[in-house]
Amino acid sequence: MNIIVPIKQVPESSNVKLDSSTGTVIRTGIEMVVNPLDLYALEAALTIKDSMEGTAVIAVSMGPPQAMKVLKEAVAMGCDDAVLVTDKEFAGSDTWATSYIISETIKKTGPFDMVICGERSTDGDTAQVGPGIAAWLDLPLATYVSRIDGIDNGRIYVERMVEEGYQLLSLPFPCLLAVVKEVATPRLPTLKGKIRSKEMTIPLYSAENMNLNTDYAGLNGSPTRVIETDTLQMVRKGKILTVKDEPSLENAVDELVSFLAEKGIL
Amino acid sequence: MNAVWILVEQYQGLLRPVSFELLSQGRKLADTLKVPLVSVLIGNGTGDGELNSLIYHGADEVIAVQDESLSSFVCETYANILIHLINTWKPVIILAAASSSGRTLMPYVAVKVHAGLTADCIEFDIEKGTDNLLQTRPAIGGNIIATIKTPNRRPQMATVRPKSSVPLARDENRRGTIHRIPLDRAFIDSRVEIFGYRKDAGDFVNLEEADVIVAGGMGLKKGDNFLMIKKLAALLGGLVGATREAVDRGWIGYPHQIGLGGKTISPKLYIGVGISGSVQHLAGIKTSETIVSINSDPNAPLHGIADFGIVGDAFEVVPALQKKLMQRRMEGN
Repeated sequence: MNIIVPIKQVPESSNVKLDSSTGTVIRTGIEMVVNPLDLYALEAALTIKDSMEGTAVIAVSMGPPQAMKVLKEAVAMGCDDAVLVTDKEFAGSDTWATSYIISETIKKTGPFDMVICGERSTDGDTAQVGPGIAAWLDLPLATYVSRIDGIDNGRIYVERMVEEGYQLLSLPFPCLLAVVKEVATPRLPTLKGKIRSKEMTIPLYSAENMNLNTDYAGLNGSPTRVIETDTLQMVRKGKILTVKDEPSLENAVDELVSFLAEKGIL
Repeated sequence: MNAVWILVEQYQGLLRPVSFELLSQGRKLADTLKVPLVSVLIGNGTGDGELNSLIYHGADEVIAVQDESLSSFVCETYANILIHLINTWKPVIILAAASSSGRTLMPYVAVKVHAGLTADCIEFDIEKGTDNLLQTRPAIGGNIIATIKTPNRRPQMATVRPKSSVPLARDENRRGTIHRIPLDRAFIDSRVEIFGYRKDAGDFVNLEEADVIVAGGMGLKKGDNFLMIKKLAALLGGLVGATREAVDRGWIGYPHQIGLGGKTISPKLYIGVGISGSVQHLAGIKTSETIVSINSDPNAPLHGIADFGIVGDAFEVVPALQKKLMQRRMEGN
C-alpha cells in the first residue's frame, strides 16, 4: 500500500512570546517546524506501515527550499520517501491553488492508495486543503478522523469526531483521511532514520517538471485575495482582584458574581 | 438568481442552532445587495414547521432536498447535490457553518466549482462599488484579523464560526417560498459507508456552540480535580474545556481541548481555572465575549487578557464561587 502524507512547515509556536503591550505574537526569529497537526497524520500512516508489509509512506510538502527540513524530519520518523514542491510561481497560493498543486504532486509520485492529512495547519488554520485535495483527485474522504479501526476486505474503517459524537464509517481505496490529534501519538525520529534522512536526496518538483496548469497556481491562480490585515488588540482592561485572606476571598467572589450578573450571564 | 445562500444543518431532522446564526449574517448581506436570502437544506426528516421557522428567522426562500439516504452527512453525495443546485440557481454568496460538515463540504465544493472560499469567518460586509463580499477572519492563532475577498469568481463562499452572530427574532408574519426538490438518485455516491454513531463515549462535548465554558489547566494539579471544574460548569449551565497540557496528561479527553491543536470557542463566558494562558490556548479563546481568569500567579498571561481576574488559589476560589452561586440559586435569583 502506498500512502501519501502532505505536510506543511509552520512557525514553531510553543516558544512564542507575547508582546505584553499589545497581546500579539512576537514573530521575529521563529524557527520553522513540521505543522504539529501533521505529525498525527505521519504517525497514522507509519502505524499502518508497521502493521502491513509492503507499505510505503511518502511525505510531500509545498513551500520554499527551506521546507526541505520538515521533509527530512518526516523521513527521520520513518517515511520511505519525500518530495518537495518548490517554485516561485507557486508563491501566494491560497487553499484552492495549494490543493491543486498538491493534488498534481500526488499524481506525479505514482500510484497511491491513500492520502492522510493533518486536520489543518496551525498558521493558516483553514482545514481546507485536505478536502480540496480530495476534490481535485475525486477521492472519497473522511475528515476529523479520530480513530483508525482497521483495514479489511479493501476498505478502511474509521471514526470521525463530529458535533454529536463519533461517526463510524468505512471507505474504499484510494481515499483521503484528515486526522485529528486523538488518532495517534507521534513517534520521535530514530537515529537510524536521521542518518537515512541526512543521506537521502529529496527530489524537487517545480512548475517546469510538473505537468500542471499554471493558471491554477500561485497568486494569479488563487480565487481569494487578502486585502487587509489588522493586529488584534488582545489586552483587555479587566479588573484583577487578589485573594489574601478570607475577607478578600469573599469579596472577590462577590464581585465576580455581580460582574457576571451585570453582564447578563447569570 | 442573484441570491445569498446559507447552508443550514440538521441532525435527526432538527435544525442546528448555527443555522439561525447564518440567517442573521446572510440577511444583512442580502439587504445590502437587495437580493433574496435563500436557506438550503440537504438532509432528511425536517418538517414544515422547521422549514417555516427558517423564513420566520430571515429567509425569503428555502430550498430543501430531503431523502432518507441523506440522513447522515456524506461529503461526496452532499457535494453532488450542492454543485447541481449552484449550477442551476447561480447564487453569488454561499455561507455555511464552520462545523465538521461545513468545513468538509465547502472546500470540496469550492474546488469543484472553481470558487473562492474563506474559512472560519466572524464578520462580513459588502464592498461599496464592487459588491464583493468582504470576509473577516482571525488568522495566525487569532493574533491577526484578515479581510479577504474573492474578486473574480462566483459564488463567493465562506464558512462562519458558530456563535459569531445572534439569530434574528422570530417573526411569524414573514412570508417566503419553500422549494422542495426531489433527490436525483444519480447524485448518491456510495463509496463511503456510514454505519452508525458512537455516543457511549460519555466524554463528548460540542464546545463550539456552548454559551458558557469553564476550562481547567495545569494548575488543577491532577485529573481528579476536574470534578471541581465540572461542578462549576454544571452550575453555570456550561461545558468543560481544557488546555493541551491537561489533555496530554490524560486528565480529560481530547474533545475538551481548546486552542491551536484543539477547538476554537466563542462562548458568552469563558472561565479559565489554573490556566496560565499559553499562546496556543489563548488563540482558541480570543473571540469569547467575556473572559474570567482564576489563577494564583499574578503574572499569568490569561490574567492579562481577562475581563475579570482573581489572583488566588483555585482550590479556595472555585469552591467559594460555587457556594455563592448555590446561595443565589436558593434565593431564587
